[in-house]
Amino acid sequence: MSDFSVEQIKNLHKRFEQLSGNEETISRENLENIPALANNPIRRQIIGAFFDKRNQHQNEVGSFEEIGFEQFLMVMSHFRPPTLKTTEEERETMRKEKLRFLFNMHDTDNDGTITLEEYRKAVEELLSKSGAIGQEAAKAIADAAMLEVASTNVPHMAPDDFYEGITFEHFEQILKGLEMESRMHIRFLDVDTTTMHCGRSTS
Amino acid sequence: MAVLRLTRSSSGPRLTEFICVLLLVLVSVASASRDVDDPHHQTNSTGHKKAFPVLSFHYEEVKKPLEISLWILLALLMKLGFHIIPRVSNVVPESCLLIFVGLLVGGIIKAIGGEAPGLDAKLFFYYLLPPIILDAGYFLPIRPFTENLGTILVFAVVGTLWNAFFIGGMMYGVVDLLSCLLFGSIISAVDPVAVLAVFEEIHINELLHILVFGESLLNDAVTVVLYHLFKEFAHAGTVTVADAFLGVVCFFVVSLGGIMVGAIYGILGAFTSRFTAHTRVIEPLFVFLYSYMAYLSAEVFHLSGIMSLIACGVVMRPYVEANISHKSYTTIKYFLKMWSSVSETLIFIFLGVSTVAGPHAWNWTFVIVTVILCLVSRVLGVIGLTYIINKFRIVKLTKKDQFIVAYGGLRGAIAFSLGFLLTDSDMKNLFLTAIITVIFFTVFVQGMTIRPLVELLAVKKKKESKGSINEEIHTQFLDHLLTGIEDICGHYGHHHWKDKLNRFNKAYVKRWLIRGERSTEPQLISFYNKMEMKQAMMLVESGSAAKLPTIVSSVSMQNIQTKGPARRRAIPSISKSREEEIRKILRANLQKTRQRLRSYSRHDLLIDPFEDVSEVRFRKQRVEMERRMSHYLTVPAKSQETPPVRKVCFESEHQIYTYDDSESPRGSAQASRPHPSSPDAVSLLDESPQRPSQRGALRTRGDAEVRAKAPDDKEEQDQLKLSRCLSDPGPKKDEEEDGSFLS
Repeated sequence: MSDFSVEQIKNLHKRFEQLSGNEETISRENLENIPALANNPIRRQIIGAFFDKRNQHQNEVGSFEEIGFEQFLMVMSHFRPPTLKTTEEERETMRKEKLRFLFNMHDTDNDGTITLEEYRKAVEELLSKSGAIGQEAAKAIADAAMLEVASTNVPHMAPDDFYEGITFEHFEQILKGLEMESRMHIRFLDVDTTTMHCGRSTS
Repeated sequence: MAVLRLTRSSSGPRLTEFICVLLLVLVSVASASRDVDDPHHQTNSTGHKKAFPVLSFHYEEVKKPLEISLWILLALLMKLGFHIIPRVSNVVPESCLLIFVGLLVGGIIKAIGGEAPGLDAKLFFYYLLPPIILDAGYFLPIRPFTENLGTILVFAVVGTLWNAFFIGGMMYGVVDLLSCLLFGSIISAVDPVAVLAVFEEIHINELLHILVFGESLLNDAVTVVLYHLFKEFAHAGTVTVADAFLGVVCFFVVSLGGIMVGAIYGILGAFTSRFTAHTRVIEPLFVFLYSYMAYLSAEVFHLSGIMSLIACGVVMRPYVEANISHKSYTTIKYFLKMWSSVSETLIFIFLGVSTVAGPHAWNWTFVIVTVILCLVSRVLGVIGLTYIINKFRIVKLTKKDQFIVAYGGLRGAIAFSLGFLLTDSDMKNLFLTAIITVIFFTVFVQGMTIRPLVELLAVKKKKESKGSINEEIHTQFLDHLLTGIEDICGHYGHHHWKDKLNRFNKAYVKRWLIRGERSTEPQLISFYNKMEMKQAMMLVESGSAAKLPTIVSSVSMQNIQTKGPARRRAIPSISKSREEEIRKILRANLQKTRQRLRSYSRHDLLIDPFEDVSEVRFRKQRVEMERRMSHYLTVPAKSQETPPVRKVCFESEHQIYTYDDSESPRGSAQASRPHPSSPDAVSLLDESPQRPSQRGALRTRGDAEVRAKAPDDKEEQDQLKLSRCLSDPGPKKDEEEDGSFLS
């Protein structure tokens, strides 16, 4: 959290106040009311991630009803990019953190693995804006994806074995090629642009 | 002699053969270039009536095509030769070898006394360059390109300007300023052909590759403008501010105009491809011709032809690929690769020949200063620009990256051709010589040393990624996630606009340009289908060959399917020994069937030794495959009786299905309906009379999907299944849907 600059924190705080209607905390409705999010197929998961206790790095589980600014910032901190000064170990940690965030989004029942059902649900959500075609294909795609994870990580399974689900290690392994630390980030503004969109600001 | 031959290595004889062929070709080329006059030798030249010539020699009539073919043949034989001698090709990049060969050939021709053909600028710009650029543009990796577009543009525009003015300015004193600037503008541009040739062999990571390569493509606009500007003014003699302003305006016109021309032709091409369902054979031609027209149209107006070609390829590709058949896609890919390969080879050879041929005016100082200045200006430019760019980039460029970008600034044939096009003056020869020296320096020295340097600096290499459905899923997921986070943060960033563009594309553009139902197909599904198809193709091709070299894994659907084991766990606990007994009994009964069913995973095609039933199954599977693949044939699509349904491809053939008449077809409305039955189920059906005992036993495992006889619920399934026949639904889509249509 300390890696945010003062300017960035100020801007985020302004945004927080905008979203919460100048309250101390925001609830799920506040986020759901953002108009731009309406088109996002995975908005429920995104909103859920903000209220997920696991993303607060305090070894708690469950979910909040409302979150304050610190928790908001904590979730946002997952999207910081690496800088030129980031060392190799720091990059590794960053990557793990980001992958863990993604993992938590999929692993809704918090049993440490992404089961086939959970994965299916995730792919369904992803294709939820694509109508009927999406729904029917989602299952097949999720099955194939799961098969791929199992094949790569546990190549020789006896017919009786059952692959419980994707563990975090397997998840890391399968997404190794994507280099999360360089992809999963957004630009945090040092300059305040929220005032420019005052016409569109949310409640 | 015989003894010598015996002791030679095995590559010896091949080498000698090759050299003999080479010499033969060389001699024929050399003699072809000579003017052969008086080809007609009369055998009987007596008096009044000439005897009918039985055999005569009419070289002049065939001269041109023959020469062209011989040159191309020579180029290709060279290319072949380099790969027979692996040691050399590992150290020296192909481009160097080809230039060297060109030098040799030029030398031989000159020695014989013939006239070596130079690199004709028209030939270069209209015939040799477009295939290479089209190949690059059509297969341009869009994601990294657009992500780094700002950086690429800064390098291309500002970097090239800086180079041109720096070099031109520093040379002032040799000749008048404008000529110097003209020279600077010619020599400053990074050449896409040379970059491609060298970078392709070193497999550097995607970011650096796209930075250097993108720069080489986009700097064409700057080069064109500067070149024409200074060429005009070199005659006029002076430049006013108004002229400079016009130059700037011209730059925007040239680049944006070029892109627009390309985009228009691209959309035309995409639109045309929508209607080619009945004439598959000419589909590739549309792609090539529209692109070539884009290039030529841009050249007519002195707009940037390269940018036009790139824009055409980029715009056209997603829509065309959704419309054309798989064979056309393969044709396009291979023709483009083939043409660009031949072009590249010819360019380098001609470069070598022209060096020997061309008139030279060697001026030590000029040449050496040019080379040094090029290097210096490149390095300074890259460092300076990166400093500025890094303030705006999220993922910054490291010093290593900067070094590679600077070092990869190779010059090539475009600079040479532009120099060739200058009007004749004593400057021209001076310039040409310097240009050739710089080209040689960059290609030979930088080209050869870049590979060991990359190793030395441990620059990240390109990751070998085979299409992974997980990566694709998560790439999409990330896109939406980051867009969502940006929306929550409240500012409209990169992802927001990309998302908006995608939605616009989906809502409006795709509907016009893509035929049929493919227009609404989400990207993830396209990717998945493509992957499935690739694997299906591999399956068909490997046929009865040994195991596929892909994923060798015994994991199959039943390992991840939840229902079976869950059920097992729900059974009240029996003692372990009891369980073992039960299992043994079941296993004994099921042994053969289970063995057969389980041994079939998608990657394992070994024929089961147990019975010949597996043969039957295998043959059935092949027939199935053949039928699925039938639409790859360039058969025009027959008109459908039913509206084209789209099936989703499935790979989960390893599902074990039970065959039970009593259960009604389960939940036809369920989304799970279009579940495939494996080819195993097919064989099960056939054998059911023989193995009644198996059926019941099989109920214990797996998804108890019911599969009634095919014709019965065909209608149901038709409605529910989505059939994706790649382009034409094909004449055979109505038959057996054991769902596992891999199309």
